[in-house]
Amino acid sequence: MQRERWQLQHQEHPSIDGIKSDTGTAPARGQEHRLPSGISNCTVGTLGFFREGMEYIRTPKIENVRLLDRVSSKKASAGSLYLTATHLIFVEHLSESRKETWILHSQICAVEKQATTATGCPLLIRCKNFQVIQFIISQERDCHDIYISLIRLSRPVKYEELYCFSFNPKQEKNERGRGWNLTDLKAEYNRMGVPNSLWQVSHVNRDYGVCDTYPAELYVPKSASTPVIVGSSKFRSRGRFPVLCYFCQDNNGAICRSSQPLSGFSARCLEDEQMLQAIRMSNPGSDFLYVVDTRPKLNAMANRAAGKGYENEDNYSNIKFHFIGIENIHVMRNSLQKLLDVCELRSPAMSVFLWGLESSGWLKHIKAIMDAGIFIAKAVAEEAASVLVHCSDGWDRTAQVCSIAGLLLDPFYRTLKGFMVLIEKDWVSFGHKFNHRYSHLDGDPREVSPVIDQFFDCVWQLMEQFPCAFEFNERFLVHIHHHVYSCQFGNFICNNNKESKELRIQEKTNSLWPHLTKNQVDYKNPLYRKDHSQTQGVLRPHTAPSNFSRFWRNMYNRFEKGMHPRQSVTEFLMAVKEETQQLEEELEVLEEKLARLDQSHLRDRREAIKLPHNLESTTDQCLANTPQDYMDNGKPFTSCSSSQADENSETTILIHNMKHSDTDLSGNSDQESGVADLSCRSPSGGDFLSSEDSSKNLSEYPEEIAFAVA
Amino acid sequence: MERGVKGQLEGWKRGRSTYELKTPVILAVTFNSTTGSLLTQSLQKQLSLIISRFVGTLGTITIKCKDLRIIHLDIPGMEESLNIASSIEALSTLDSTTLMYPFFYRPMFEVLEDGWHSFLPEHEFTLLSAMTDEWRLSYINKDFTVCTSYPPIVIVPKSIDDETLKKVATFRQGGRFPVLGYYHKKNGMVMMHSAQPLTGTNGRRCKEDEKLINATLRAGKRGYIIDTRSANAAQQAKTKGGGFEQEAHYPQWRRIHKSIERYHILQESLIKLVEASNDQSHNMDRWLSKLEASSWLTHVKEILTTSCLAAQCIDREGASVLVHGSEGIDSTLQVTSLAHIILDPESRTINGFEALVEREWLQAGHPFQQRCAQSAYSNSKQKNEAPTFLLFLDCCWQMQRQFPCSFEFNEQFLVVLFEHAYASQFGTFLGNNENERRKLKLQQKTVSLWSWINRPKELEKYLNPLYEANSLVIWPSVAPQSLQLWEGVFLRWNRSSKYLDEAWDEIIHIIEYNKDLQAKVNALRRQLAELQTEDGELERP
Repeated sequence: MQRERWQLQHQEHPSIDGIKSDTGTAPARGQEHRLPSGISNCTVGTLGFFREGMEYIRTPKIENVRLLDRVSSKKASAGSLYLTATHLIFVEHLSESRKETWILHSQICAVEKQATTATGCPLLIRCKNFQVIQFIISQERDCHDIYISLIRLSRPVKYEELYCFSFNPKQEKNERGRGWNLTDLKAEYNRMGVPNSLWQVSHVNRDYGVCDTYPAELYVPKSASTPVIVGSSKFRSRGRFPVLCYFCQDNNGAICRSSQPLSGFSARCLEDEQMLQAIRMSNPGSDFLYVVDTRPKLNAMANRAAGKGYENEDNYSNIKFHFIGIENIHVMRNSLQKLLDVCELRSPAMSVFLWGLESSGWLKHIKAIMDAGIFIAKAVAEEAASVLVHCSDGWDRTAQVCSIAGLLLDPFYRTLKGFMVLIEKDWVSFGHKFNHRYSHLDGDPREVSPVIDQFFDCVWQLMEQFPCAFEFNERFLVHIHHHVYSCQFGNFICNNNKESKELRIQEKTNSLWPHLTKNQVDYKNPLYRKDHSQTQGVLRPHTAPSNFSRFWRNMYNRFEKGMHPRQSVTEFLMAVKEETQQLEEELEVLEEKLARLDQSHLRDRREAIKLPHNLESTTDQCLANTPQDYMDNGKPFTSCSSSQADENSETTILIHNMKHSDTDLSGNSDQESGVADLSCRSPSGGDFLSSEDSSKNLSEYPEEIAFAVA
Repeated sequence: MERGVKGQLEGWKRGRSTYELKTPVILAVTFNSTTGSLLTQSLQKQLSLIISRFVGTLGTITIKCKDLRIIHLDIPGMEESLNIASSIEALSTLDSTTLMYPFFYRPMFEVLEDGWHSFLPEHEFTLLSAMTDEWRLSYINKDFTVCTSYPPIVIVPKSIDDETLKKVATFRQGGRFPVLGYYHKKNGMVMMHSAQPLTGTNGRRCKEDEKLINATLRAGKRGYIIDTRSANAAQQAKTKGGGFEQEAHYPQWRRIHKSIERYHILQESLIKLVEASNDQSHNMDRWLSKLEASSWLTHVKEILTTSCLAAQCIDREGASVLVHGSEGIDSTLQVTSLAHIILDPESRTINGFEALVEREWLQAGHPFQQRCAQSAYSNSKQKNEAPTFLLFLDCCWQMQRQFPCSFEFNEQFLVVLFEHAYASQFGTFLGNNENERRKLKLQQKTVSLWSWINRPKELEKYLNPLYEANSLVIWPSVAPQSLQLWEGVFLRWNRSSKYLDEAWDEIIHIIEYNKDLQAKVNALRRQLAELQTEDGELERP
């Protein structure tokens, strides 16, 4: 039952898991998805910009292509490869279901053409959602064509070439606009209780004149006058002066963010000092302000030579200054690369994997970010203090840390809606450079870094520690992550608000959030309950490294299905809850029916004897009450027992259904094991057979059986 | 808000499990054996290591338990604390088995079913003979003369008589001749276990051994011998009189070597892992590197991989399997029992799992008393100590993680077995084999763990609400990405599991509510049906 829903989901956004056919959001919406006819339609039917894209398609279709199994290179599925303006599509020939693999061009981060072998020319494609795909193309020339086309198609140079400008789901006219209003930040600040007597909205950045990477509306201390704001902005990198990011109504603690001050070795700025003082004064209950520099101290000191740096405690009154030590985007980029290298190893030994995990440093960085978030959340929740957070530019580490602190502090951000708002607020509105970091357009590779990936990893680590605290499930994170890279929706396209205004993103593209909201059933954590203790108040995670050392298999090895648990508790519970809901509805209907029958009965037949229709009663109570009727009428007893049988058979049918859909999950399910299919299992199957000589024999064994029988 | 914050703050700060018990409590523990019996026992049997430290007149006793817990007792008065320490130490290092707690423990519960008789080999055999008549029970070992570590009753091929068995026993280390472990109903293939053959350097052979092994093969079929040692290790074993089956003499069998570590290597691994788990430093690199250096997960992966291989041979290749290492009482049993769990849905039920532990571990002669003596905190090198059984449980837990709906029992059940294997008020895990257990008269003098666990009231704690009988073979993934540290055992005392427990309660709640509703709906349906038939009858006349 739950599996079917999962598949339904695939159909709605095919590319999310890279597999499965669709009709919903394919490049050309509403067209026949059956290939190849679908493709030809699609190539004709795409929008204006994509005529341009078409130019880069040298060969729209290639036959005799083999898709290699990531785990055992011996296994491969044969099929055809189609290249459209937006997707690369592989259609399997053999299987009855004609399994399809869709890859969005925007997801492709690297294409590698390897040396031609006897079997053909291998083409390796690495995706930003961590999918790795290898094709063998029989003709070298075809392979080259595809390679050249993909190189171009995966590196658009203009925003207008991005998928979101052509992606056009079936919807009413106003729906797009309404969708964008789903995450209204003004409403969010109102929810926090601002503006109020301490904080006000400032329109100083109305035309993005003071800071072109900030939003137009900003919340600042009431006591901060425009000259102070402007003065402070001149003393901060890229004009990113301190502004409000989160306000805690209960104790007036606030989280503010900015970029580094241009302090150099000794420079001061009166307005900036006044600005920090104003922030401190906006929290009457606290007589100091934490200033958290999320960089390692060395990095911050090095910045002083370039006229930047950090706040000198002597110059600012009553601040407590802290370094947290999160590494910069370059370190993080390398760290992820190392992690992915480890993930890509074919059946590595445990020690190799653990060593690789350690030396990638990835989990160390995750912990550093978590520690920073926890520090800030504690400062606000326990000391009722305000905190100013910055790094260098204040759009990467600062975004990570502020949003983690928000999640820990405020249960709202742990809901589906709240999480969307959190991302819009801390990431999109404050100018996290989505285009540069996730290389939507061809750009400087040194700007690319998995900043938001790390944030999602942190959230996942928290979900592991607090299984009941989040309204959303892991899939929600994975899908948002996917769409950060997919360029299918307009939310994560630009570097800042100004750019997105100029591009008229809200008019021309769709927001991801209504799309996710529409499918929210799939994203709900079955363990979440509004009145559960974990959903109240502040989260206080364990901080020992052993609590943050989990490797997020479902993210980094998401497409290696064989590694994943064969049964999912979440999906099981989701199915149970869905059934529960149906039962609740049926119960209501039955109660109604019974009440009606009951009345007529009472009228017609049994004025004297009241039937024991206690609707809340359980089976036993009902049975216990029936003997009275039994005296009147021989029937009920037999009907009782027959319905007892019904009860049993019904539950078995339910179980059967669930099992059944389980095996249907993939076309190549192994009927015998039911849960795992063989091809999926082969990572383990491959593992059983280590490289030892003696064990190699086993793989040759089938032939020997034949021999022995003969 | 303020209040909530404060309350939870304590949880935040409590990194160490520090238990401060006041003096009277300790006195009760050590001297008042009637009221404090349970606590005494937990100290007596659980204790692995005791350390006393003194600061001024305040003494601190650190008790490191076999379940990996560490307890600190602050005791005012140096002399007092010295007394207590020495008392505890004396009580925890009893050298005679019969002085151990199970011999004094009297059950405070009514024994509904005597666990000593819950899993009789005769009963197991009745189940087997319903499926096949190719096997028989042999009472050849009834006096433990043929093999001291085997049970009195074993299952062997029907065509092999006891005389042959006696000869085979002389050819296998410790007399452990091949016996049946598991019969795969689906295709009639079997899994057997034994000890290594004593071929020695000059390649001794034993016709009876070859005959016995071949008797388990169907016509035209081949089998696999899974040797849990590396090819090198097996080769080296020859110099000590051991060895492996030569292809020339066993042409229908293919030998596969898989290297599973044993003895002190595993014990060191456990000690390192526990040390890493208790490291309070907040350094991620250090934690990961210690985790890796412990090699614990490497062992888990090796064992699980070999078990999968054995299961694969049986289920996929349709071949029978013989598993042995050297003595056939450690890695051999890990592999056979795990393969059993992979293949047989019955062994994933509580009763089936207990039967498996009883048969494949206790009866099969895993020396529990030697292997599970001091646990991870022993400072003296115990020669025979090894966490073989804990590794088996860990592998079970890994499979449980991957198939959360296919096991009738929950994680807690595995944890309880771990605890009782090392320290228990029950006699089940005492002794090293059936022979010793009989001599100790455990059945008469102690209570069986199963008697306690199998009472409905206790059993309910170990039920997995997600369980739905899965009649299929389960193939776990053994990729490093799929294997995890068993936090429920190794991090259990280092962090509160409150949030995870709450999640578990929530799962139970969701499923019970669903069941309630189902019952209600069915009751109403029935009522409705009744009323409608009545109506029908009413209208008919």
